[in-house]
Amino acid sequence: MIAIIDYNAGNITSVARALHNIGQDFVITDDTKKLNAASHVIFPGVGAAGEAMAYLRQKKLDAWLQIWINTGKPLMGICLGTQIILDYSEENNTECIGLVTGSTKRFPEHLSSAGLALKIPHMGWNSVTLKRTHPVFSDIAPESEYYFVHSYYPSPSDETAVLGTTDYGMSFCSVLAVKNLIAMQFHPEKSGRPGLQILKNFCSWGGK
Amino acid sequence: MISKRIIPCLDVRDGKLTKGVKFKGNIDIGDPVEVAREYYEQGADEIVFYDITASSDKRDIMIDVVRRVAETIFIPFSVGGGIRNLDDMRRVILAGAEKVSVNSAAVLEPKIITQGAKAFGSQCVVLGMDVKKVDESRQTPSGYEIVIEGGRKYTGIDALWWAKEGENLGAGEICLNSIDADGTQDGYELNLTALISDNVHIPVIASGGAGTPEHLADVLTTGRADAALIASMVHYRTYTITQIKNYLSDQKIKTRLLW
Repeated sequence: MIAIIDYNAGNITSVARALHNIGQDFVITDDTKKLNAASHVIFPGVGAAGEAMAYLRQKKLDAWLQIWINTGKPLMGICLGTQIILDYSEENNTECIGLVTGSTKRFPEHLSSAGLALKIPHMGWNSVTLKRTHPVFSDIAPESEYYFVHSYYPSPSDETAVLGTTDYGMSFCSVLAVKNLIAMQFHPEKSGRPGLQILKNFCSWGGK
Repeated sequence: MISKRIIPCLDVRDGKLTKGVKFKGNIDIGDPVEVAREYYEQGADEIVFYDITASSDKRDIMIDVVRRVAETIFIPFSVGGGIRNLDDMRRVILAGAEKVSVNSAAVLEPKIITQGAKAFGSQCVVLGMDVKKVDESRQTPSGYEIVIEGGRKYTGIDALWWAKEGENLGAGEICLNSIDADGTQDGYELNLTALISDNVHIPVIASGGAGTPEHLADVLTTGRADAALIASMVHYRTYTITQIKNYLSDQKIKTRLLW
């Protein structure tokens, strides 16, 4: 059973609808007993880091995620759920969960491409350059694009944690992968067919 | 690098497609969900639904449309029209829309932008602007004025000032509609689009006047728009979204070509 962590943060129903579309059973819950029983956990999120962390702490889900990651079972972070698995976020100067060493940073002002100023948030479709293969990205054309909407990006200290990068006037880490963790800045649930394929791959991934 | 977005706009009244959407082909004229699916299959990057339902007792029908769309397509979509307060926004977002567009309500009560951004995040709040060209004056130094009520009512608000103000209030994106160009199929208002896009730091969707793929190429380069809204040219089946994207690709304008 796939579990989606319910922590009052945005796009949970979108993820649920996408799982429904690929024929995957799931539960949406903040109950650690039910989460413990899951085979895979998805940690989505839209919103601000400060509020999200306050809620997770109140529900002790930050501590639960630390335990889960050590079970070796698969965990997928999406958007805010990716940003707050690092140690720290510049958004609201927030201490975060720390499953991965590093921080979440705000895009610098005055990014540009070919002489034109780039807007913040980075909103729209962009591609991901993978540094290596990964089961969650199998059966997906490398030129596929994904839907991004964010002003902050994950920046892990350890380069080997970076699975994919995206170019937006600068190269940033758009996909993190460490052992049984895969986490992406874009929204697979809103990225058409390649996004649905990522969710499908995750649901059949053993975490290695 | 980020792709330019192509966004079909569907007008919905009482749960059905309407207004100038006289399909010649075999698309079901009645159901916005089916048409949304068709555009999703053609490679639309996002879809805008505009609810022009007049009576408030029929507004729930739109919520049902939003819910069905969210179950059918897996790209972002926004809903505008008739959004008057935070509750209206919440209902649309809970039903599955990524973004809500506020237009007249934001002019009449600008704090709706701030409230929406605080409650759902700036990325959820699109400021819809209907704009008409006017003489440059002290009140409207940019030579563009905000109009409401479908272009019938002048507000005395300068369009450039309002765009910047909307950004400051917390809007995450601007959907900029030229009333002068709207429905003409003669091309977007390029000067207006470039003026606004150059002076805000949030993405700008150009709207009004699209008739040919060349018009999109113009507004995405000269007009410096981040995205282009289209309606008649695909509703009448003159072009498919795929054809438009292929043309833009030939012009070296980056769009998402694989879906």
